Amino acid sequence: MARIIKKDILNSGVVSMEIEAPRIAAKAKAGHFVMIRVDEHGERFPLTIADSNKATGTIRVIFQVVGGSTIKLNRLHAKDEVRDIVGPLGMPVHHENIKHAIVIGGGVGCAIAYPHAKALKQQQAKVSFIAGFRNKDLFILEEEIRQIADQPYFTTDDGSAYRKGFVTDVLKEILEKENDVDLVIAIGPLLMMKAVANVTRTFNIKTVVSLNPIMIDGTGMCGGCRVKIGDEYKFACVDGPEFDGHLVDFDELFLRNSAYVQQEKHLCKLLEEDKQ
Amino acid sequence: MPLADAEVRNKDFSEVALGYTFEDAINEANRCLQCLHKPCVASCPVNVDIPKFILAVKENRMDDALSIIHQTNCFPSICGRVCPQEVQCESTCVMTKRYQAVAIGRLERYVGDHAKLRIDVKPLNQSKKVAVVGSGPSGLACAYDCAKAGYAVTVFEAWHDVGGVLRYGIPEFRLPKATVDKEIDVLRQLGVEFECNVVIGRTIECAELFEMGYKAVFLGTGAGLPTFMNIEGEGSIGVFSANEFLTRVNFMKAGQPTYDTPLLTGKRVVVVGGGNVAMDAARCAKRLGYQTTIVYRRSLNELPARQEEVEHAMEEKVEFELLAAPLKIVADAQGRVTSILCQRMQLTEPGADGRCKVVPTSEAPFELETDTVIVAIGTSPNPILIRSTKELKTGKWGTINVDLNQQTSIDHVYAGGDAVTGAATVIEALGAGKKAAASIIEYFTKEHAG
Repeated sequence: MARIIKKDILNSGVVSMEIEAPRIAAKAKAGHFVMIRVDEHGERFPLTIADSNKATGTIRVIFQVVGGSTIKLNRLHAKDEVRDIVGPLGMPVHHENIKHAIVIGGGVGCAIAYPHAKALKQQQAKVSFIAGFRNKDLFILEEEIRQIADQPYFTTDDGSAYRKGFVTDVLKEILEKENDVDLVIAIGPLLMMKAVANVTRTFNIKTVVSLNPIMIDGTGMCGGCRVKIGDEYKFACVDGPEFDGHLVDFDELFLRNSAYVQQEKHLCKLLEEDKQ
Repeated sequence: MPLADAEVRNKDFSEVALGYTFEDAINEANRCLQCLHKPCVASCPVNVDIPKFILAVKENRMDDALSIIHQTNCFPSICGRVCPQEVQCESTCVMTKRYQAVAIGRLERYVGDHAKLRIDVKPLNQSKKVAVVGSGPSGLACAYDCAKAGYAVTVFEAWHDVGGVLRYGIPEFRLPKATVDKEIDVLRQLGVEFECNVVIGRTIECAELFEMGYKAVFLGTGAGLPTFMNIEGEGSIGVFSANEFLTRVNFMKAGQPTYDTPLLTGKRVVVVGGGNVAMDAARCAKRLGYQTTIVYRRSLNELPARQEEVEHAMEEKVEFELLAAPLKIVADAQGRVTSILCQRMQLTEPGADGRCKVVPTSEAPFELETDTVIVAIGTSPNPILIRSTKELKTGKWGTINVDLNQQTSIDHVYAGGDAVTGAATVIEALGAGKKAAASIIEYFTKEHAG
């Protein structure tokens, strides 16, 4: 059992939780994730570690309430406990000698991109952060991003705040103007990461994306999370979840992630009925 | 032994083999000749004193029988069910010369299920702490022997529940989980502690265990990494490793109304492979209502699964497509499996290992319509621990190298079970766990003397 220390609502659909998990906090690095099972009948699902604090023995996860398990998790509050939490899992990514990195977050993906920006900043890299949201009500971590980034940029799809357009619009402008960029990290919806990879491919700039396939154990024993990277399949839970964006088969992953859409709707419906 | 009716049992997950009655057990025990040279004992991987426990059964001293088994094997109810006795203890029974072997496994199961165990709980020596990594059969066996010897044992498990393959792999209809719980509970009574949700190599590094005060470490991490076929279409929706399918069904109880883990719904399943895992996956699928076909590249005689499991699968109307090798998985525009394309194979002369090889025939490939493919062609050791523990020497398949005492390339770190041998049997893993425990006990004893 792991106790929830703090819960914050970041916007109408995104929640931040600080969870007591000293062993995980002691080891967590940017790129690591945890598997959570909310209760005895729950499924196991992955959440990226958004932040960790060795001193307090806590980790922070930020999640969008999108389906059965996140609805269940969102029903818990400070002082409640989640049944199981295991981690840190995955391969942390460490980039050496980066002069200028562009970190891109799409929606709730900003929460996963943020620790990368933080880690790069600690290595004295120049960090440009492009945060994109559908509209102004969905902003998260705006202050944190402004503090960490040398060049923060914000966009909204509908133009309801800051600049109207997509993260790729800003990305192209930076790449056309500045020639010291040696790394792009993009984390967000698959379509966004695919679009970013397409842009950086023409500029021939190393691009890292964080994939979010369906996972069950998260420790490499089932292959449910296999993704096609170049010519071979990799298990995102042990080989990733971060990969070279220029090699990822985004289309296949998009299809694979839709496998359980019907079952997921059914579970959400049951949970809604249960609530009434 | 009585079996549940095939056409009834293939619709639910209750146990197939129903077990002996008291009369059955006494009658079978009476067939044992109590021979002096005991060939059965030598061919049991953990050397249970078989004639001695059978004598106790004969004389209706069931609790004694259980104590005798427990001297060398902590899991009679599990081993009695899942051991391939026909190639182990029962294969050398003198009765086989003229008649059938004594049903040692069934008697062991009867004793395990019905007798009461007297547990001699000793205070544990907290200065001699042993860390066991992995709670599958090898880890549990090592933990049992170390705890019996008076050492304080902690078992670290990555999953949220203990038992390894006994929990997530072998289905309820072969090994009821209540039986697994009952036998693991004996370890708890001996003072063994279990810590779930700990991945050694991630949550805690192997070397850190020594900093935490453990004096010896046993690695029983198994061979859980599934192998895929590397054919076109393997990323399609509806293609599973047997591990994923069995984990969802057995461990996460996917598809049961009150559990959240989903199961893809389908009508037809093709299971690729011919081992026990393939049989388990196929029989699970049958019970979930699938029309089920096993595709195997050799013929019936070469099936690596236990004959009993193959017979049970056939009785339950699992179909077999033999001498067939998958070439390609075909999917629709949504990425969902629609069929599997197979090549007809033929057997050739046996190779150096005595096993018939197979080669493709010149026949045109044939297509099997299906919406689900389960790949059960084997597993290899998990890379997490190995990658994070650089000093640990491994073989070419990622198996951990050990010496004759089960010690790895790191001092006081031992290993056993599938992590060392690659996928093998429950009882061989138990044997390796016991052997490692003996080495640990010897090390502690010497250290104490020195």
